Amino acid sequence: MNKTLKTHDSFLRPGMTLTGKWHQKRYVIIRKLGNGAIGSVYLCDANGKKAALKISDISTSITMEVNVLKSLGKVQGKSLGPSLLDVDDWVTPVGQTFSFYVMEYIHGQTLPEFMKQNGKEWIGVFMLQLLEDLGNLHQSGWVFGDLKVDNLIVTGSPTRLRWIDVGGTTQIGRAIKEYTEFYDRGYWGLGTRKAEPSYDLFALVMVFVGVFYPKQFPKGSNPQATLFKKMNEVKALKPYEACFKKALTGKYQTSIEMKQELSSIIYDLQKKPQTTTKRKQDNPPLALESIGFLLIALGYYVSSLLIP
Amino acid sequence: MKKGTLKQILLITDGCSNKGEDPAATAALAHQQGITVNVIGILEDDQTEEPEGLQEVEEIALSGGGVSQLVYKQALSQTVQMVTKQGMTQTLQGLVNLELKQILGREQTMEDLDPEKRGEIMEVVEDLGETSDLEVLVLIDTSASMHDKLPTVKEALIDLSISLNSRVGRNRFAIYNFPGKRKDIDKVLDWSPRLDTMSSVFPKLTSGGITPTGPAIREAMYQFGKKSLLRSFRNNHEQDIENA
Repeated sequence: MNKTLKTHDSFLRPGMTLTGKWHQKRYVIIRKLGNGAIGSVYLCDANGKKAALKISDISTSITMEVNVLKSLGKVQGKSLGPSLLDVDDWVTPVGQTFSFYVMEYIHGQTLPEFMKQNGKEWIGVFMLQLLEDLGNLHQSGWVFGDLKVDNLIVTGSPTRLRWIDVGGTTQIGRAIKEYTEFYDRGYWGLGTRKAEPSYDLFALVMVFVGVFYPKQFPKGSNPQATLFKKMNEVKALKPYEACFKKALTGKYQTSIEMKQELSSIIYDLQKKPQTTTKRKQDNPPLALESIGFLLIALGYYVSSLLIP
Repeated sequence: MKKGTLKQILLITDGCSNKGEDPAATAALAHQQGITVNVIGILEDDQTEEPEGLQEVEEIALSGGGVSQLVYKQALSQTVQMVTKQGMTQTLQGLVNLELKQILGREQTMEDLDPEKRGEIMEVVEDLGETSDLEVLVLIDTSASMHDKLPTVKEALIDLSISLNSRVGRNRFAIYNFPGKRKDIDKVLDWSPRLDTMSSVFPKLTSGGITPTGPAIREAMYQFGKKSLLRSFRNNHEQDIENA
């Protein structure tokens, strides 16, 4: 496949215009955004608007992803994935045909970047956001599948975690279409690859463990023990330990269950730091006070000098 | 519509065949019999992407109607399941294309349809891939050079069984290795629905430098026709009916 990937890559250059065979829409390639399991994603200009274009040599994979994006578009309410803009084929000057689709360009920071800048207190917020989105997805009959750090982006105002690649999204009850070993419960010997809500909940925990282990870690001879040990070593995840263990061993049937437990943990957490922040707020008045005393003392001293 | 059983040979090898008939020819023969031949070529850690001994890998898959991929052993697990699934999709798509030709006439294939219609057909292909029964005969090259790769191969096969058994359709796996002690291939594991029960004893390595890939594929082809298999499938089927 590597060989074939080179072929469509070798055609596309920044500044090139690509015209669809069926719908005749024109896209100007700006730059490459990345390589996925199937095909590559390019940032492009579509009639003055930025969009993301995914192209692959495997036409069927593109078609399958488009089917998923279409079904997600039908799910009412929240935008679950990037919205689909166009599906078409591109015929190269040499006569080869590649399938592609164009979707909304979601711009933002990666999860580790964001947490480095804004602190770990966002972990709780993001987990609740993800659980809510997953809940909606599961209710409409789908499982995300390939949930991982690379497939998530933090968008600004309001700060929100969004997923950008829906290639692994699978109908509940089927076999997970696409997965990444580190995030896959089958790899860790902790379950099947059947598309169930609990599959996503496992991967969700791995996302937040993975943020603290950018190089990940091998599973060793006892995968479950390794995983729990590595998780316990992260201070920031300590409050969620019990909840995470339940998710990793498939104890939650729905994301609502996990969300409820998690919210109560986060609620309790919020109480504690508040007392410490109050103490911190006490500090400035205290400093003012001492400066005041110092000034008065100085005044007395100066006046004592003036009055002989 | 009656759902058939997809038949696949998954060949895992690391080098050039050097005994017996051309493996591409026997793969073509297997393809004629309705068996898809997928091939995975394992690269040495220091090998580049286009090694000489592995050129036949693509040839075998092409004439066997299957998918091929060269990988370093670290990526074997993911590749094994990807190649198997792509092989299934390709076979099903081939069947759908045949139907399309009969309906639409001329040389119409899926690629000639507009993306919307293609999407609808793809849903059917995906449905079939999820629900059809599958038989995979894994054919492992156990010539001396494969020595350090066999533990990884075993892990990848257990992983494959996790993936495939998460499907709705039923699966059967058999494992053969080549060259065999006296014959071209030896049985490691008879047809069974799971691989995680695979014995801890993996094939002992055959010394000597022969790699009879061609004859091995030919022999593997005949393992699909075994009566015991047919019988067990019938039994299963009857059970299912009773259960239903």
